Amino acid sequence: MQNLGIKVLFQGMNLQRLIQGLGVTGRIAFTSIIIGSIFGMLLGIVWTSKSKIIKFLCRLYLEVFRIIPILVWLFIMYFGVTTALNVDLSGETVAIIVFTLWGIAEMADIVRGSLESLPRHQIESGKAIGLSNLGLYRYILIPQAARRMLPGAINLATRMIKTTSLVVLIGVVDVIKVGQQIIELSRIEVPTASFWVYGFVFILYFIICYPLSKLSKKLEAKWSD
Amino acid sequence: MYEQDNEELLVIKGLHKEYNDLIVLKGIDLKIKKGEVVVILGPSGCGKSTLLRCINGLEKIQGGDIRYKNESIVSKDVNLQDIRQQIGMVFQSYDLFPHMTVIENILLGPLKVQKRNKKEAMEQACELLDRVGLLDRQDSYPRQLSGGQKQRIAIVRALCMNPEIMLFDEVTASLDPEMVREVLDVILGLTKQGMTMIIVTHEMNFARSVADRIIFMDEGDICETSEEPEEFFTNPKTERAKHFLNIFQY
Repeated sequence: MQNLGIKVLFQGMNLQRLIQGLGVTGRIAFTSIIIGSIFGMLLGIVWTSKSKIIKFLCRLYLEVFRIIPILVWLFIMYFGVTTALNVDLSGETVAIIVFTLWGIAEMADIVRGSLESLPRHQIESGKAIGLSNLGLYRYILIPQAARRMLPGAINLATRMIKTTSLVVLIGVVDVIKVGQQIIELSRIEVPTASFWVYGFVFILYFIICYPLSKLSKKLEAKWSD
Repeated sequence: MYEQDNEELLVIKGLHKEYNDLIVLKGIDLKIKKGEVVVILGPSGCGKSTLLRCINGLEKIQGGDIRYKNESIVSKDVNLQDIRQQIGMVFQSYDLFPHMTVIENILLGPLKVQKRNKKEAMEQACELLDRVGLLDRQDSYPRQLSGGQKQRIAIVRALCMNPEIMLFDEVTASLDPEMVREVLDVILGLTKQGMTMIIVTHEMNFARSVADRIIFMDEGDICETSEEPEEFFTNPKTERAKHFLNIFQY
């Protein structure tokens, strides 16, 4: 009864459980995006410092997160660090920590890039009217850099949302894990369950990520004039 | 504010500036009196723009001293933000803040740096805008303005801080010829009000008509100083100045 495969989504608590799983995905993704953006912004500003040591440390931090796969980070934190330090962290907490640290690193690089892309004479004319460093960032640099960093930041956010799918592997029951459980349970009864469940998950991810890229397009258009 | 008209506002002694190994300024000595209009001429790369940038604390210097109202602006404890409010500077590139309207550009310094009353600052801004003929453009964004208009706004932005000295760094150099005049007229207007100014320019006729003193620089040094602009242009004393002026004759 292939044409009735879709019913698997509505059996019992399935739909509700999928939505709950999506809630876990969303919680991990959005918590780390928000914290990551705030601290990434600060770190990005620090990164534009003239100090070579600060630049080196920021670069090192970013590269460590770029080079080592996020999955490895999740494993190190969940299985390694928790046992080594004898702390008990839930998979979800570990996921939020790893994704936040990653978000900070990537966001800082985006912020740094857009700040450094601003013409030098903007800084000088800001200084020439007596602005302090803080004023320079607040009134001149950040507002202009914000427009330039937007596409990168939105892209980062969608990448983070998509990458949360890895948290299944440290035992977090996110939307994909719930999907797998439903498929396992109904495999005999509904052989096409994986098509419908994963198809539904596909749509859920789309529903979260699509508005973000729409928003970015809209803001870009608004700020371009 | 000053009892003596001939008070020295700015005194530069032995100013030495180098980038890496390149010596840009070789011990410049210069005194600017209140109300004086000094025009600095010289071939490109002679260090005249760098000199202006040093005066506004935009460049670190490697030797000598720059004193503004008898306070060294190169010492470690100087508050450059205070000094810069008193030394207005206009650059060659139109340096308005692109994300702000004309009036926001002008009021940023008075309101956020000087913390002045908005109404009072606004009145002054409008009066200055009116004087440069751009009162109706106060809500425009810089990209909606021509080069000459942008440069006039940049001058207003500097003036609205009520500076004691204005520095002009080749402000007409990147303008179309037909827009040069409107900017120079604004500067000319300032000379009539007794503004102290240091002007770096390549507009020889303009230099001739506004300067109280001409300073000719070459290779990081002052070659010739003339209190009589007319004399300098018709009969320069140094060979290098002669050579330089000849370039402008066709």
